Amino acid sequence: MAQGLSKKIRSLQFAFLSPDEIRRMSAVKVITADTYDDDGYPIEMGLMDLHLGVIEPNLRCRTCGGRVNECPGHFGIIELAMPVIHVGYAKEIKRLLQVTCRACGRLLPDAPSSRGEPATDEEGSTPVRESKEERSCPHCHEIQQRIVLDKPTTFRENGHKITPKEVRARLERIPDEDVRALQLNPRFGRPEWMVLTVLPVPPVQVRPSITLDSGERSEDDLTHKLVDVLRINQRLRENRDMGAPQLVVEDLWELLQYHVTTYFDNQTSGIPPARHRSGRPLKTLAQRLKGKDGRFRSNLSGKRVNFSARTVISPDPLLSINEVGIPMEVARALTVPLEVTLHNQEVAKELVKRGPTPPPKDGGYQCGVNYLIREDGQRIKVMEKNAEACAELVQPGCIVERQLIDGDIVLFNRQPSLHRMSMMAHFVRILPHKTFRFNLCDCPPYNADFDGDEMNLHVLQSQEARAEAKVLMKVEEHILSPRYGGPIIGMLHDHITAAFLLTYQNPRFSKSEVTYLLSKLGYPIPPPAGQEKESGPYWTGKQLFSLTLPSDLNLEFRSNIWTRGDDAPGAKHDSLVVIENGILKSGTIDKKAIAYEKGAILDAIARNYGMGRARVFLDEMSRLSITAIGLKGLSTGIDDEDVPENARREIDQALQAAHAAVTKLVAQYHDGELEQMPGRSMEETLEVMVRRELGKARDLAGDIAGRHLGLENPAVILAKSGARGSMLNLTQMAGAVGQQSVRGERLLRGYYDRTLPHFARGDLGADARGFVSSSYKRGLSPTEYFFHSMGGREGLVDTAVRTSRSGYMQRRLINALEDLKVVEDGTVRNTAGTIIQYHYGEDNVDPTRSFQGEAVAMDEILGSTLGRRIMLQGGPDANVAGAPPVTEEEMDLLAEAQLEEEGEEEEGEEVSPPEEGPDFGGE
Amino acid sequence: MAEKEKGRKERIDEIAREADIVLPTLILETLVQKIAHLKLTDADLKRVTLAVAERYAHNRVDAHESVGIIAAQSIGEPGTQMTLRTFHYAGVAEMNVTLGLPRLIELVDARRVPSTPMMTIFVDKKLKADRAEVEKIALQIEVTNVPDVATIGTVVEELKVVISPQLPLLQARGVKRADIERALLENLDARRYRISSGSGGGEGRSFEIHLAEGASMSPPAAKGKKDEPEEPMPFKWLLQASDDARDVRIKGVTGIKRALIKKEKDEYVIYTEGSNLEGVLEIGGVDAARTTTNSVFEIYKVFGVEAARAALIQEANRTLAEQGLAVDIRHLMLVSDVMTNEGDIRAIGRHGISGKKTSVLARAAFEITAAHLLRAAITGEVDELKGVAENIIVGQPITLGTGAVNLIYRPTVEPKIITPPPITAHPSEEPTAEV
Repeated sequence: MAQGLSKKIRSLQFAFLSPDEIRRMSAVKVITADTYDDDGYPIEMGLMDLHLGVIEPNLRCRTCGGRVNECPGHFGIIELAMPVIHVGYAKEIKRLLQVTCRACGRLLPDAPSSRGEPATDEEGSTPVRESKEERSCPHCHEIQQRIVLDKPTTFRENGHKITPKEVRARLERIPDEDVRALQLNPRFGRPEWMVLTVLPVPPVQVRPSITLDSGERSEDDLTHKLVDVLRINQRLRENRDMGAPQLVVEDLWELLQYHVTTYFDNQTSGIPPARHRSGRPLKTLAQRLKGKDGRFRSNLSGKRVNFSARTVISPDPLLSINEVGIPMEVARALTVPLEVTLHNQEVAKELVKRGPTPPPKDGGYQCGVNYLIREDGQRIKVMEKNAEACAELVQPGCIVERQLIDGDIVLFNRQPSLHRMSMMAHFVRILPHKTFRFNLCDCPPYNADFDGDEMNLHVLQSQEARAEAKVLMKVEEHILSPRYGGPIIGMLHDHITAAFLLTYQNPRFSKSEVTYLLSKLGYPIPPPAGQEKESGPYWTGKQLFSLTLPSDLNLEFRSNIWTRGDDAPGAKHDSLVVIENGILKSGTIDKKAIAYEKGAILDAIARNYGMGRARVFLDEMSRLSITAIGLKGLSTGIDDEDVPENARREIDQALQAAHAAVTKLVAQYHDGELEQMPGRSMEETLEVMVRRELGKARDLAGDIAGRHLGLENPAVILAKSGARGSMLNLTQMAGAVGQQSVRGERLLRGYYDRTLPHFARGDLGADARGFVSSSYKRGLSPTEYFFHSMGGREGLVDTAVRTSRSGYMQRRLINALEDLKVVEDGTVRNTAGTIIQYHYGEDNVDPTRSFQGEAVAMDEILGSTLGRRIMLQGGPDANVAGAPPVTEEEMDLLAEAQLEEEGEEEEGEEVSPPEEGPDFGGE
Repeated sequence: MAEKEKGRKERIDEIAREADIVLPTLILETLVQKIAHLKLTDADLKRVTLAVAERYAHNRVDAHESVGIIAAQSIGEPGTQMTLRTFHYAGVAEMNVTLGLPRLIELVDARRVPSTPMMTIFVDKKLKADRAEVEKIALQIEVTNVPDVATIGTVVEELKVVISPQLPLLQARGVKRADIERALLENLDARRYRISSGSGGGEGRSFEIHLAEGASMSPPAAKGKKDEPEEPMPFKWLLQASDDARDVRIKGVTGIKRALIKKEKDEYVIYTEGSNLEGVLEIGGVDAARTTTNSVFEIYKVFGVEAARAALIQEANRTLAEQGLAVDIRHLMLVSDVMTNEGDIRAIGRHGISGKKTSVLARAAFEITAAHLLRAAITGEVDELKGVAENIIVGQPITLGTGAVNLIYRPTVEPKIITPPPITAHPSEEPTAEV
């Protein structure tokens, strides 16, 4: 099989087919406007002539002698009784007729510009008018006439029709050198070839007929069209030869032109499309190529493949992020070619002997073999019956198609494939049950969830492909996104909640708990953190979390739950994360530490310890967190949004106050007492103020509710740790839902002058225009419910419209930029070799490797090379990220240094006072 | 200090070059800034520089990286997460600005006029903190038409248009009666209209427009046809006259519909609805160095392509950042560079870059398939099959990444053919177990 590329197409030349060439490549002259005879046998010289190729079994091609899958098909020919214009070239023909002499065919010197666009005078402003005076040919002095194209295919000269025959004659007269001057290449196409005298008939393979269940034959659209052409062609020939009246001949000629035109393009403007018996417009040549389902976009730019599978996906936190769980049924159907050599022939034989469904071994899946490909290319299906016999045939040079095994590399993909992370390489794990499974951390790059999503899987078939996939496409290679230079694969949802529960206020775990937790990681139990009187030794959550970190990691940052002033280690919320030498000293691990897009720890590991280490961290963290959350437990329900009675009353009061304020505003508006805002109408001013008032009320209600929702509330933990949802969601549940809007404005549509018949006409108050003062917990009133649905519907419509719009934008972007690459000299060039950028991104830095867009993570490097001691010269605020902790020795040195500095400062210059930020403005 | 920094910069550059790495200016400068306050020995400086240089070398792009596709994906993918709506501009609540996906599409389309043109006008250093001065400039910029400061009425019996200036409006717009008079005289055709003063006194005295002497009341369009008798149409004339008066501009820059002032830090900034960079820059007191517009095309016309490129990058970056989407600026640079590569702004799409590709097949595969193929046959075009789309179509490896390089292995020594000892098969062992 895979012999590599034996031939390479270097270039493609586009050209016209000359009548001679059409005749030369034709295998048969088609004259009968019919396909099959009554016995279902192709009629000779008909449209299904056996010289054109075969599509039925048991027949042989009369041209090449091949059978169904051997014969590629051959062209035929229809000799047209009279020449016809090719629709696609009508415009070009018009141009040529206009710029050449009607008598001698030479190029006219004062012709309007030879290319489509109008010529301009020297200043380039006004187009030169096509001279209206009569022009005469400088070569033969023939007076020229005005030629117009009566779309689609009729040419008129001074109102008189010129027949295609005459058109062709004129084009024939244009000498080669003039053709060249007109930017045509006579080597690849004489202009007169744009007027057809013969029509090639495509091979039957191109237009296969289908036999219906009833035994009836249904012909392809192209065949139908060719039948029309042949029929009219025949009649035209007969009438012409019989000397029929000029009028009749001309009518038939025009009809032939129509059929040929629609044969090429059935959507030509100006003529009715040819229709099928059922009234459906025929799909002719142009329609086959065009558009999304056309040949180009559907079959040439996108290709169908074998060795692929598709099924529903589901999560499995115990798999590595690099793995994918595959159902046994799928594994049995997909194969990897195994080339038999001297070294592995015995193993291969054993494999084949097992057949396609070997019995489970040790209760597990055992791979079998589906096909054996012999050296001569013959494919033998291995079945249980012939397995033994097949095994005998195995010898070096054969290829054995064996089923998937654990560790095979496959590509995994979810549509829409919006970026390169939509298709990544995973290692196979064959698992029971019928879904594809993968680690939850892989959800963000695929944008997958498990509400019924399906994904595709492709098995690589060549050594090169497997090697490339392993180096370039493995999931771990895509942890950092090229979009923003940060992790796109990371912890989410429960992982974050779990990390929070594990580290927030450093809970203690008993020996049995720790044993259970660490059993999932395969780590030995570390020495306990302390001893409690009754329950014995204990371990802390931070200690357990630290086990997953590299032992020399140093990091300091604020976690997601950080609020202003919560900086001191061990402060109220424990929100300053300090990691020293791989030990979490203080702080709570949440979204900012380990989540995708944000996670600082994840980012640091991926960048400084390599992708492999980051993968290990993710694998271990997902196991640890899933186990931990199972241990600690977290559940939330509707009563988590309960607020005490007095708070409820307070909220009601706030809302009532807002209602009153709105009523007052509306009254002011009616009385004309409202102060108009600059550049706004009275109505707009009222709207702005009402919205502001109601917004404040909603926030106030939320704040009141929020006061009773502390970090001991599970729903709040979810929101504050960044796992899922926001405080806004919670206050909408506990406080008030707030203003509903469509197109960014309060609701106003529905009935005449009002939103619902429940309200008075012209009511501008809060309730009448879509303010929902209930909370989700309390429940919405019927009118509120309706308003809420209006807002919700807009969101749905928005999403639907957005996907199509952004999809098209992306298609255009890809098409415009697909050919750009960085070449060896560091410039970015397109296929023409034009330099687009001298340095990619101005600094040659790969965004994937950048630190959130920064070329190098400067602070980190400074911290780790110079150390805290020197960095601290910059004052207590200096960034010490990545710096190793200060030892006592260093502390002494630091103290000394500071003394020195102070001394120097007194002396004057050298040391500048530490500034907060560099000032670029001055110079 | 500056001297010292310069010396350091040179030293750092030198150290890096010794290690065969040329650091980009931006990195050099950030490094110098970051260590500006530190006392470092040369050895320390060397350590730092080498660490930075090493990291930079590691972070550079690989040759043959398909940066185009990555850029397109990085901009296109977040498109699905953007809003479709127009929002109020964060700074000025009174103004609507197109944001989100529609704005991004507009930029990529290289539209001549954005759907909501907008300018940010900064004022010269001397005046920027003085609200009154800035207001004066704003009034000069904002278009003021006659109806903005006066009511226009018609008196049918006397066939005249009466324009009565309104004092509060005059004041608010900083317009004098004389300004209106001048504008009327300048803008109305004296051959058709006669302008006189009407009733009232002082600033509020009205103007009247009558038919000019010797002019006819027939509409000007009818004048072309000489053979038709001119029919006076007084009412039509009256309407026309009042419309003409309505259109008279007293002052302002064409296209600027509204100008609002907002305080930002230590200065007042003018935001305008409508955009006319060329016109605004001519106004005295405007800081030309900082004033900007969201119309990329205007920037192109006034400052040239390089400025247009920068504007494209900035606008796209702002649009994405406003939506909270992180996209590396290098992707936006690449798109902008492609759009401005030919010296003017070309759209991403069939009329711009995609339509001008060298490959026939790539063009045919994008849009208007048949036309491109027919055209190719007429001119006898050759497709060199250098791009991605073409090679996919003919079924060959593409020219990017690993497809761009060949590996040819020529063993210098004839490989020895070893006959392996017979292997005893271990059925339990998988034959190609992967690590």
